[in-house]
Amino acid sequence: MKILTRMGDSSNVELTKEELRTEFEQGSEYAAKKAKVPVLTENEVDYLVDMFAAPTRIWGCQRGNEVVMTKDGCVNALNSSRMSSGVVAPVNREVGVRLFESMLGFDSMEISHNDYSVKPQRFLKALEMLHVELLMETTIFPLLYGFMPNLGLYYRPDGSFENPSDLLPIGKIDEARQTQEEAGKACLDDCIEMSDCMLEMGADGIDFDTVASTGDAEFYRVLQACDHVANDTGLPVEIGMSAEMVLGFHGQLEYNGKRLAGMWPHQQLQICEEAGCAIFGPVSNTNTKKTVPWNLGKALTFVKACTEIAKIPVHPNVGMGVGGVPMFETPAVDVVTRCSAAMIEIGHADGL
Amino acid sequence: MHIAHLLASSMGGIRAAGDLVARMQLSKKMRITEAKEYVADKLHVTPLDLSDPTLMRQLREELDIGVITGVPGIAKGMAAKVRIAELLDIQINCVEQFKKKTGLVTGPKSAGN
Repeated sequence: MKILTRMGDSSNVELTKEELRTEFEQGSEYAAKKAKVPVLTENEVDYLVDMFAAPTRIWGCQRGNEVVMTKDGCVNALNSSRMSSGVVAPVNREVGVRLFESMLGFDSMEISHNDYSVKPQRFLKALEMLHVELLMETTIFPLLYGFMPNLGLYYRPDGSFENPSDLLPIGKIDEARQTQEEAGKACLDDCIEMSDCMLEMGADGIDFDTVASTGDAEFYRVLQACDHVANDTGLPVEIGMSAEMVLGFHGQLEYNGKRLAGMWPHQQLQICEEAGCAIFGPVSNTNTKKTVPWNLGKALTFVKACTEIAKIPVHPNVGMGVGGVPMFETPAVDVVTRCSAAMIEIGHADGL
Repeated sequence: MHIAHLLASSMGGIRAAGDLVARMQLSKKMRITEAKEYVADKLHVTPLDLSDPTLMRQLREELDIGVITGVPGIAKGMAAKVRIAELLDIQINCVEQFKKKTGLVTGPKSAGN
């Protein structure tokens, strides 16, 4: 008998039950080997096999095990373009956030600009503050303000700093490190400015999203920003990562004596806890050439390693292309609901 | 995709008690079990009840902490959050800012930028 499931690019694939089990095991073994963490247990794989073998279109966690959702990207899914899986609905942020609260029943929400990086948002600071302030008057659920640090925008051609991607291929390693440190300082200043101003607007927290997208230099500055926001302003900070491993584009940066390059999710969690983070969002990047079961086995292994040691809530990223979810602009509910429930039942996530 | 996650795993926000549990995770860094137990204790229900929209709809109306449907006279927005802060015994930033702005407590008003 063949079981219908999907690949990491969301295309259909049929597997036998034995092949399905092997996919989960191999995905888990891949993660365990990379991060040096335990594989999923036999019972956990049994549960996953039963979940994916069931012919139902959707799956859910056990009643009573529900968790809370935090959100990135604000209402981009409504009023943005396909880049954010958006449907270009003619709704502004005020309407969109209210819809997420009342129509969709989200547990919390993030306010951010459609151009989601901190560098462009800083020029719209007053507008952003006003939207946060106004929405605080009319909503009930927690509202965070968020953005991507996106250090890449500070390098040429988008920014003023030399691009390390141009320097490294010609062997200018010291110069590449220096420009990352200098650009990182500018990024840190922007992150702090956009976080501090939201305190008076009443924000319930700050969300740093897709952290370390440009590697360890960005992660370093976000940890510094988190330390300031959490400890100096008292605002809770959520850190959502961008990749399962921190890329060592600089290679020598340390925080609290720990080298950031090469960190896996459970190590990223610990350093974020040290920086004062309130909620940590680990990432497992979907391999589109592998099956969803393989990707989910990998993701759950990373997440379990986090939740077993976490002192703060862990909200794994389960958006497009992460957390086992296929890399496709509209991932199908048959696999999204399974990944979602698995993160709770097997990964022991505190939220998503 | 959001709807898929909501169906599969979410407490349901103000349909039930998801917003309250989320506040405990944010403000006190509580893991999910601890956060649910804390909120359940404050509401005098069980953690299982917190995800039940039937029970929570009635309870939220009784406690006047905001409900998901439009009912005239029930606390909304800032008023609901003032009551939630008291109920959960936590400080909510926008409530504190509101009190400062309206002079309900002494303290510097927002300077703005």
